[in-house]
Amino acid sequence: MKKKLIAVPYYVWAAVFIVVPLLMIAYSAFTDTQGNFTLDNIVQIGKYWPVMLRSVLYALVATVCCLVLGYLLAYFMAQQSERTKTLLMILLMLPMWINFVLRTQAMQDLLDLLQNWLRLADIPLQVSNNPFAVVLGLIYNYLPFMVLPIYTSLEKLDRRVIEAAEDLGANRFNVFRKVILPLTMPGIGSGVIMVFVPTISTFVISEKLGGAKHNLIGNVIQEQFLQVYNPNVGAAISLVMLVLILFILIIFSALDEETKEGLL
Amino acid sequence: MNRTKRLVALALAAILLLLPLSGCKQYAPNEVLYVYNWGEYMDETVNELFEQETGIKIIYKIYDNNESMYAVVKNAPGTYDVVFPSDYMVGRMIAEEMLEPINFENVPNFQYIMDDFKNLDYDAGNRYSVPYTWGMVGLLYNTKIVKETPKSWDALWDEQYKGRILMYNNSRDTLGISLLRNGCSLNTTSEAELRVANDALIKQKDLLQAYVSDDIFGKMESGSAALCPAYGGDAISMMGENPDLACVFPEEGTNRFIDCVCIVKDAPNKEAAEKYINFLCRQDIAELNRDFTAYSTPQQQVYDALPEEIKNDPIAYPKAEVIQKSEVYDHLPQETLELYNSLWNDLKNK
Repeated sequence: MKKKLIAVPYYVWAAVFIVVPLLMIAYSAFTDTQGNFTLDNIVQIGKYWPVMLRSVLYALVATVCCLVLGYLLAYFMAQQSERTKTLLMILLMLPMWINFVLRTQAMQDLLDLLQNWLRLADIPLQVSNNPFAVVLGLIYNYLPFMVLPIYTSLEKLDRRVIEAAEDLGANRFNVFRKVILPLTMPGIGSGVIMVFVPTISTFVISEKLGGAKHNLIGNVIQEQFLQVYNPNVGAAISLVMLVLILFILIIFSALDEETKEGLL
Repeated sequence: MNRTKRLVALALAAILLLLPLSGCKQYAPNEVLYVYNWGEYMDETVNELFEQETGIKIIYKIYDNNESMYAVVKNAPGTYDVVFPSDYMVGRMIAEEMLEPINFENVPNFQYIMDDFKNLDYDAGNRYSVPYTWGMVGLLYNTKIVKETPKSWDALWDEQYKGRILMYNNSRDTLGISLLRNGCSLNTTSEAELRVANDALIKQKDLLQAYVSDDIFGKMESGSAALCPAYGGDAISMMGENPDLACVFPEEGTNRFIDCVCIVKDAPNKEAAEKYINFLCRQDIAELNRDFTAYSTPQQQVYDALPEEIKNDPIAYPKAEVIQKSEVYDHLPQETLELYNSLWNDLKNK
């Protein structure tokens, strides 16, 4: 009884800030400006499929890069002494104390500066206002979200399990593949979700670092609301993205189950 | 027990709903004025002075383009009292009944506005708007990189500046420049002309560094971009920050804009809004804002009091023949607006 009472604020919160807005989005997605039922908004999304594809691609590349870099970093961190751990953790978290838009703006300025130097040195290398810069921005901003859950699951890992594997003759690679990796799978799972979901819907990073030339689906949604004023189409795209993300997450978790079974 | 639970839940819900209302001093509705303006478009001491003189509290919010202001006002009418739309947006908002007619008896300082800026096409009969600033879109370039003075908008399509050209991140200004370059009117409704102009922009995309709005300042002042179209007042500000920058009006002509101040339909505090507009037209206040924004003034007395070097500034107050070649944006018919949207989508998302 008491437990249920504690949950009441959460239910109120969820109703006001999650369920009601979702219903509003769904309502707008299936109505026209007059409020009549229509499927036209959903049909119109067809022309945005190249942008959606690009968003999925960028998000996947960023997630994979974050996973590789983040795992290595978390693994390295977990092996340090307590003091070094704290220091590394502060270094990882420090940039996140600064506003995200401000950091992205600073990154744009830095890349522009670097581009100027490259141009002066006659090096034909493009580092700013292109897809590379967008993906770099995605990785930079979301790496901590990958490191933290993996680090936590590495920390929880029982050293004795690793020792047991070593005693039974597993080499270092096999210890990692057959013991450490499967046991940190939950951390990897949450890391992947925490990086993939925000990267697929970002619009600030692609506008600032891509020179607004490489729109992602987040930019399209933003433009529907604030530029061309077509909130119904904007809502329809949001709804489709929601379903798409849900679908991808289901695939992720299914894969996760399989890898677990396969490895254990 | 169930009853208690329901009561607690209800109480919590009530608290949650009331939370946003608490925490700030409560003003009577006629003591507050909601003002929605462009960023960096007003000396902030002006609002403090207004509060001191009238006792009316100003809630001041900013936006970065006409379209986003339109979306906010459309979605939540009756939130703001005073907005600052540009010419064509004034026309659109009048057409969609989003503005309140101004009672000019309460705005006596309107008499100081130059006749050239009264009764313009976007507000024929001048019932809804008071001009705030004006200017012309110029071609801003860095003389260190662009050695020859550009004469035409063609410079924005010049291969040798690849990766260092900027365009505005909004369809009206960007398509407008392409139309001018092709010798078309800024207000054309011809689908063929608009499609040709957009095809030129699609070709240009490869040469661009970025589509920008406020990032234009940083990129031009630091020299990371070489040339771009720029609103007159912004061009003057940027030239002040970086002496390598120069600005010209291309021979094909350009856009002349008039940014206005208007009252939103069903404004909660219309009386204070008129007081505020009248206040903005007062000479000392208008001078503060002119000095802050560097945009051209539509007020005779403010202009007369300017130092000679500003009056003769060819960008702020261009010669008559340059103004003659310029065109003000009209509010476009709905089907043309939709064509703009679909062309913009082709440009940005393909």
